[in-house]
This record gives sequence, structure tokens and C-alpha cells, in this order.
Amino acid sequence: MASEGDRRAGPEVAARSSKVLGLGAGGPRGVAIAVASTVVFFALLVVAVTHAPGWPEVHRAFFSWAQFRTTLPEISRAFLLNVKIFCIAEALILVVALLLAVIRSLPGPVFFPLRALAIAYADFFRGVPTILVIVLLGFGAPGLGLKSVPTSTTFWGIVALVLVYTAYVSEVYRAGIESVHPSQEAAARSLGLTRWQATRYVVLPQAVRRVIPPLLNDFIGLQKDTALVSTLGAIEALNQAQIDVNASFNFTPYLAAALLFVAITIPLARFTDWLVLRDRRKRQAGGVR
Amino acid sequence: MSALLLEGLRKSFGRNQVLRGVDLEVEEHEVVCLIGASGSGKSTLLRCVNLIEPIDAGRIVVGGEEVTRRGIDVNRVRRRIGIVFQAFNLFPHMSVLRNVTLAPQAVLGRSRAEAEARARELLGRFGLADKTSDYPDRLSGGQQQRVAIVRALAMDPELMLLDEVTSALDPELVAEVLELIRELAAGGMTMVIATHEMAFARDIADRVCFLDGGVILEQGPPDAIFTAPREPRTQQFLERIVAAGRM
Repeated sequence: MASEGDRRAGPEVAARSSKVLGLGAGGPRGVAIAVASTVVFFALLVVAVTHAPGWPEVHRAFFSWAQFRTTLPEISRAFLLNVKIFCIAEALILVVALLLAVIRSLPGPVFFPLRALAIAYADFFRGVPTILVIVLLGFGAPGLGLKSVPTSTTFWGIVALVLVYTAYVSEVYRAGIESVHPSQEAAARSLGLTRWQATRYVVLPQAVRRVIPPLLNDFIGLQKDTALVSTLGAIEALNQAQIDVNASFNFTPYLAAALLFVAITIPLARFTDWLVLRDRRKRQAGGVR
Repeated sequence: MSALLLEGLRKSFGRNQVLRGVDLEVEEHEVVCLIGASGSGKSTLLRCVNLIEPIDAGRIVVGGEEVTRRGIDVNRVRRRIGIVFQAFNLFPHMSVLRNVTLAPQAVLGRSRAEAEARARELLGRFGLADKTSDYPDRLSGGQQQRVAIVRALAMDPELMLLDEVTSALDPELVAEVLELIRELAAGGMTMVIATHEMAFARDIADRVCFLDGGVILEQGPPDAIFTAPREPRTQQFLERIVAAGRM
């Protein structure tokens, strides 16, 4: 049971919430020091790498500007497929995993079979390597030759990713649900809300807010794993880069693909930080007047 | 017809018998205070009445309807009974207004406008008009507890159960909450109040029940209980309270 002290927002909480990168805590002088030390660090790193004995060879094979420029547009186009797979898969995962987590937290012996299934599902799909699920589904399901079964590699790639990541994400949700104190549900039930209403209005909103950072962690993983769909032959960024590498014997296209992946995950990470911060501010400030 | 009737209420947690046959009858508009040492079963009793804890044996009758019979819709029963907890248990992700309107909208099916109008009226009456859009974390303990009481009142309950609602408050915040409860009593609300505030109990209660060892050992008008308790256990308890400077 929370005492009064840990309910009210203390000044130390406000201080913590004001920094995303850890900058700004020390004032202008702190920022200056941070900038200087970063510049020195990277300068040393660049000097060390460029003076390595194999640098000229690595530079030619991995950092060819000409190669980069010619292959980037094609890889970017192929990357759109990664983005599409990611967006569809993420939307499905968010919903299905939440459903699974709710099923797993159903109380009482009546729901034992459902709970057992949910647990078996999570255990199985967290245990099998993602690439195996992709290959088994992507080559196996269309191989059945059934008319109603789609043969698109993208389709089966998405199905496989959803199956695997739902298992992870449902565990994240479940941790969130269990972190909401039982007194919250008791308070809701005591007002006459049904179990489902208490879950929907009181438990889940708090649970989901708490797990936004670990959710993002899984989605960055998912975003990268869209590249695994290349094993089925879908021309996404990694496959396109591979084609370009094979044509030119130069590895720069891989670097281009890597940059595209990073270009998406970084804004995603900052966006999550912002979401968390906004929620914290909302709860501690006076709300909208 | 009594507002609440308890007969032979028994409740154990594992091998720990908390309630060993409690009988109690509360009339409409009556204010009954439950006193007794920590662990005497006051909170458990209230939680049983609200069906948060399933009972092992006995009967609970609310407004003429037996709520402990099989197949009863517990949500329908809880609608009629308001309960307020020691730890407030406000919903931290909702504004004060939303805390108060959630149940009337979700449970009673009231429109948002209707629920908000009623919530603002209640919040205004208890000095919380300027807090409607605040989040619970921003409020003092006393304000939070008053919101929790308003949240229960917004369901228009026939009966209010207050479970040591001032025990988690800083001493200077107790008065504002007790003042609110006094107003409720003056308005004729039927209440069962578990409390450690003896002066308050003496002042507000129509009847005081002393719980000891899982039964109501002694009950009567506050003056009788506080000035001339019959049972030695009651005398002992009150002496300790006086010695601790709580009365």
C-alpha cells in the first residue's frame, strides 16, 4: 500500500524527468563539457581506425562513396518493403499480444485450459529461432498447394514475425499487468465495474503505460528482423544490398542498408522517450485547465 | 427494514479465523462505528459486506436482499454499496473528474454530460471544485481521500463503508476528511465506519461496536461504550487508547 510520501511528485522526480539524453542537468557549462568530450572521443576513434594497417583496403571495400550513391536509391525502395512488413506486423502484434496477456491473467480454474495454451504458445515461440519459423512457414505453407493459402513470401514472412514477436510482447504486457497493484482492481470492482471493465479502464491503461520502453525494445528487434524475410527471397533492403554486393564485389551496399535501419530506429527511440516523458508530466502537472 | 443485516458472519484466511460469527444490524440513516485493535477484523468485515472477500459462513442482507445467496450478481450489489479504503486507491492515470465519472458512466450507463454534472456538483460541495482536472499524484492525501469518498458517492449508494479512511493521512489532513464524513452523516447517509479516531467515533456514531477476537464483543451508544464499558477487554482497549494520547 502506497503511503503519502511516495504518491506525491518529489523534486527529484522532476529533475530526472527533465533529461532524456542526460544533458542539461549541469547547465550551460555541463553542455560545453559534454560536447568537448564527445568531439575528442570521436576524433581519437577516427584517428585510430584510419591509421590501422588494413584501412585503405577496408575503406575501398566498405566506404565507397560512388557505390553508396548508385545503390542507395534501389536499396531505399527495397527498404519500403521492410517498413511495410514492420508496420503490418507491429499493428497485429500489439493487438494479439495484448489479448494473449489478458488471457494469461484470467483468474480461476475455469480458464486453466486457455492459460495453459497461452503459456505453451509463449514458451514455444520464444524458444524457436525466428529464422526457422520464417523458413518453415514461408516454404512449408505455400508448399501445401492449397488454393486458399497465399503463396506470397511477404505474407508468410509477416505471419512468422507476428507469431514470434507476439510471444515476446505478450510477456512484456503481462509484466505490466502484474505490476499494477491489486488494490487498483479492487477499487474498480468495489465501484461495481465488471472484471472486464476494471481490466479495460483501470488495469490495462496503467499496465501499457509502464511497458512502453520495453515494448519499443521489442519493436526495434522486430524492425531489424524484417531483414530475415530475405531468406524467403523477398526483395527487401538486405536482399537488394546482397544483389548489389554480388554485382560489384563491394560491401558498401550493406552499409547503406544498415544506415536505413538505423535511420528508422533512432527516431522511434526518441519518440518513445517523449511518450514516457509526456505521460509523467501529465500526471504530475495540474492537467489541462 | 434494516439497511444492513449480518448474521453469523465467519471468515478465515488459511488457519487464521478473522471473523468468528459476527451479528450486526444497521438501520437506515444510522452511523455505526467499528472500533478495536488492529487485526480485530474491522477491515475484513467491511470487505466481506462489499463482497470483495467471499465469506465462509453466515448471511449478509442489504436493504432486504440477501447478497450472500448463490448466483447473486456481485456487480449489482457493489453498485449499491460505496466503500472507501485506507489507501485511497484513486486511479492515477485519470483526472479527478474521470475518477468520479468512470463508474457512473460504465456501470450505471449515465451519459458523460450527466455524470460530469453530478461529479462537479459533488466535488464542488466538498471543496474540490478547482481540482477536477488535476491528477491524483498532485493532490494532498486529504484531498485524495475526499476525492475517493466523492467517487463512491457518485454512485448514489444506499450504504457507505469507510475503512480507516484517515489512517494513512498526516495528522493535519485528518480534519478535512472527518468534516466531510460529518456532512454525510448529517445528510442521513447510512454508514459503517471502521476507525481509530475515538473522539470522532464518539462524536458522530449512533452506535459503537467493539470488535475483539473476531466477534462484536460489546456495542451500544458511544457515551455508554466510552464512559462505562462493561467488558474488561473493552476497558483494556480504551485504556490503551487513552494512554497513547489518542482520546
